[in-house]
Amino acid sequence: MPKTSKTNPQGYLYFPGCSLKATGAAYEESMLELFRSLDVPVEELDDWNCCGATSYMAVDEDSAFLLSARNLSLAHKAPGKRDLLAPCAACYLVLRKTQEYAKKYPSIKKEVSDSLNAVNLPGMNSVKVRHPLEMLYNDVGLDAIKSKVKRRWRGGQVACYYGCQAVRPFDEVDRPLNPMRMDELMRAAGIPTVDYSLKTKCCGGSLTGTIHDVGVRLNYILLKEAVRKGAQAIVTICPLCQFNLDTYQKEITKATGEHFDLPIFFFTQTLGWALGGEIDKLGLKRCISGRSQVKDWMMSREEVESYV
Amino acid sequence: MSEAKRTIRVGVYICHCGHNIGAVVDCKAVADYAANLPNVTIARDYKYMCSDPGQEMVQQDIKEFQLDRVVVASCSPLLHEHTFREALAHGGLNPFYLQMVNIREHDSWVHTDKDAATEKAKDLVRAAVRRVVLHKPLERRQVGINPNVLVVGGGIAGIHAALTLANAGKKVILVEREPTIGGHMAKFDKTFPTMDCAACILTPKMSQVRNHPNITLWTLSEVTKVEGYMGNYKVTVKRWPRYILEDACIGCQECIDACVFKEGKTEDAFNEGLAKRKPIYIPFPQAVPQTVVIDPAACIQLKTGRCKKTCVEACGERKAIRFDMQETDQVVDVGSIIIATGYKTFDAARMPDLGYGIYPNVYTALEIERLVNASGPTAGEVVLRDGSKPQSVGIIHCVGSRDARTNPHCSRVCCMYSLKLAHLIKEHTGAEVFNFYIDMRTPGKGFEEFYQKLLHEGVHMIRGKVAEVTDWALDPTEEGKLILRVEDTLAGFVRRIPVDMVVLSTGLEPQEDANEVRRLFNISCSPGGFFLERHPKLAPVSTFSDGVFLAGCCQGPKDIPDTVAQAGAAAAEALALIDANVQELEPNTAFIVQEECSGCKTCIPMCPYSAISFKEDLKVAYINEALCKGCGTCVAACPSGTIKQNLFEDEEIYEEIKGVLNYA
Repeated sequence: MPKTSKTNPQGYLYFPGCSLKATGAAYEESMLELFRSLDVPVEELDDWNCCGATSYMAVDEDSAFLLSARNLSLAHKAPGKRDLLAPCAACYLVLRKTQEYAKKYPSIKKEVSDSLNAVNLPGMNSVKVRHPLEMLYNDVGLDAIKSKVKRRWRGGQVACYYGCQAVRPFDEVDRPLNPMRMDELMRAAGIPTVDYSLKTKCCGGSLTGTIHDVGVRLNYILLKEAVRKGAQAIVTICPLCQFNLDTYQKEITKATGEHFDLPIFFFTQTLGWALGGEIDKLGLKRCISGRSQVKDWMMSREEVESYV
Repeated sequence: MSEAKRTIRVGVYICHCGHNIGAVVDCKAVADYAANLPNVTIARDYKYMCSDPGQEMVQQDIKEFQLDRVVVASCSPLLHEHTFREALAHGGLNPFYLQMVNIREHDSWVHTDKDAATEKAKDLVRAAVRRVVLHKPLERRQVGINPNVLVVGGGIAGIHAALTLANAGKKVILVEREPTIGGHMAKFDKTFPTMDCAACILTPKMSQVRNHPNITLWTLSEVTKVEGYMGNYKVTVKRWPRYILEDACIGCQECIDACVFKEGKTEDAFNEGLAKRKPIYIPFPQAVPQTVVIDPAACIQLKTGRCKKTCVEACGERKAIRFDMQETDQVVDVGSIIIATGYKTFDAARMPDLGYGIYPNVYTALEIERLVNASGPTAGEVVLRDGSKPQSVGIIHCVGSRDARTNPHCSRVCCMYSLKLAHLIKEHTGAEVFNFYIDMRTPGKGFEEFYQKLLHEGVHMIRGKVAEVTDWALDPTEEGKLILRVEDTLAGFVRRIPVDMVVLSTGLEPQEDANEVRRLFNISCSPGGFFLERHPKLAPVSTFSDGVFLAGCCQGPKDIPDTVAQAGAAAAEALALIDANVQELEPNTAFIVQEECSGCKTCIPMCPYSAISFKEDLKVAYINEALCKGCGTCVAACPSGTIKQNLFEDEEIYEEIKGVLNYA
């Protein structure tokens, strides 16, 4: 087995946030199953609270920083010097932003540390916040992934879609303008990807709930281009992207007359499947769109047993 | 009566500088105060001390009152110290018996409280009077000027400077690191706004360089070491092997045809990588010297020693090919140096949102220059990578210029060359051409007229910074096209413009190794990394190293007319230096009292001008006064206080401090 793994033998902490416990449950399930296949121990952060993202940041920045800081401090306090994985792009961004702002602005730093001291929680900036995409790419490595592939992908080509929050403004997850790491991971697992120019364009975010038409149109553009490029599914790293793309396909089909029925995966689902994860533990049944393809490609007896 | 035997007599002159000083400082009161200071024989105030009557007043007083020292309180010594030193000399005093007091920049211009400003002026004058008494007579020293000139860089700037000097009868060594001279200009097809053929105006000058008896041309050569000082530089040049004897090669190029490589395999840098060349090649048809060159990284013989050497056979009796050539170091003595090392274009791949390196039909402007050029890889056809002609072309301005993410500066030439390319592309292909600009900058002679002409030709001008070049198609008209997404700031909405070809008008940046070159010649850089001129307005081709001049884009982005003008100016500065024959050196240098030096060598690495060396026989340090700029670093560093500096000896400085504090 190639010696490329740089994973921490102590394992990793992970911060699920609200999404992974609700609409993005498939993300949590498949991620945990993937890490089991890779023998990488992960542990849910104890007593975590809301990350402070989305409306919080816009309405009450101070509270957002404090919410985020508490989670960081809990990770700091947890035994072992473990990095904190934040699979949700919004959580990842707000955790990183809190660290950077507390470093950059003395007033924020003071407020945060005063509040943390009041509840007897120590510092937070020593915690390294990681995204699983970057962790899999850097710590586990492409060679290790390649060597552990257990199932041969017979599904269609996929478009890797990164969204906006994980790659901007911090460039630790991947290159902000032309990220490729998800593509490389998919290819390492034997899953063909297409060149997808819209990989970091807007999914509509919460606009699908507020200015619905605009939000849905943005999803339409993403779906249409993926199909045009020959993709039969889209793979994501963000629960909100996945939710938006997965949920409105019927509505878009009705509005445009163009038929869309593509499976929208979390990258941990396809990767976890290829690495031999238990089918029932990858959250595949939670897919809304493209259900028959998911069944054909990934859940039929023959596919499940098609060990490489 | 000799000076030592009587009290030293000081004259003090307070200048009003019109209202500049007079409106804030009570000059009369300062003069009255000064008149009562010890040693002061005469103190006056006057409206303009720098005027002829002001200077004559000083000269007359020197004679009438037998003055030994003079204090002038006026502006900064940067401006008029020379004037007043000359006045002293004309009055019969050693010019260094002068001390200036800056009561303008340091006082009247920065204060509003008149009483306090007047008191400050008195304090400063008192300090100067106490200091000037200790001044010693100093002599300016003269050094000879070697009339030979080194020109570094063989682009249009270096070529023009070299020819100007050579035509004036001076010997020039022109050093170029590429196998041919010509620089960027040799790659251009036409020049804006006159649309002269670039090669037609450049290549005659290149031939003149080759044939001029006063010019020694060294290609494949780089300066590696510079020692000495103005008028007397010793320069080491590394000369890389060409593997061809320049004198024996007649440029017949039969060896190229005979090379074992039937097809070129190496990226042709002259054609911006759009074509391939063989290991033995000539960069372009009019290259100077008109001599082939062998690329050691590609030649089988040079890499493995096992080649059939068909090139040598083809060369036959001329025996010009020499695989055993080695690099050599040559040392030349010159008096002045002109740096004309040029620029590099911005690497478009640094902005992946514009698609360079991602979509094949995104080109840089320099690549298009080669495509439209008759001697280029497509013999002048502007075609896409698949060989077809583009129907529509988008030209994006300011790529790597005026952008907080890359370079803040305007590259000055891109607006105009973009217009030129728009015209040429339209002429060659008939395509519809869109220019995307932030602002149009057309300040040169005939530039705005050229812009207007292009508008009449029907080139579309869209004011907006392009957000991205992409291939995602919204409707069938966009299929297979490159789509430019841009906010049209004149029309006020976001547009999607599908085109076949995108041209990125990349900006100009300092050369990759500008910083090493800067250190080599001991000159400075501006914040963007281009070389710094001595004064942006009044010494635009000089540097802070005397005898080293700048020409062309190494000093900052500029077009060909400005480059040539600057090259001429640099040549004129060098000529002025040469024809002066000798140069006077200011005596405010440091010197070492040799008997007291312990030889600890602390000072040697401190000197920013490498002026200090170690005399092994005497075990003492020695300062070359011609190199010393009088910065005082070594004086402060010397642990035994053995290094002194003329005009800044400890006693002089202490007395000045005591004076300003009114300390007995």
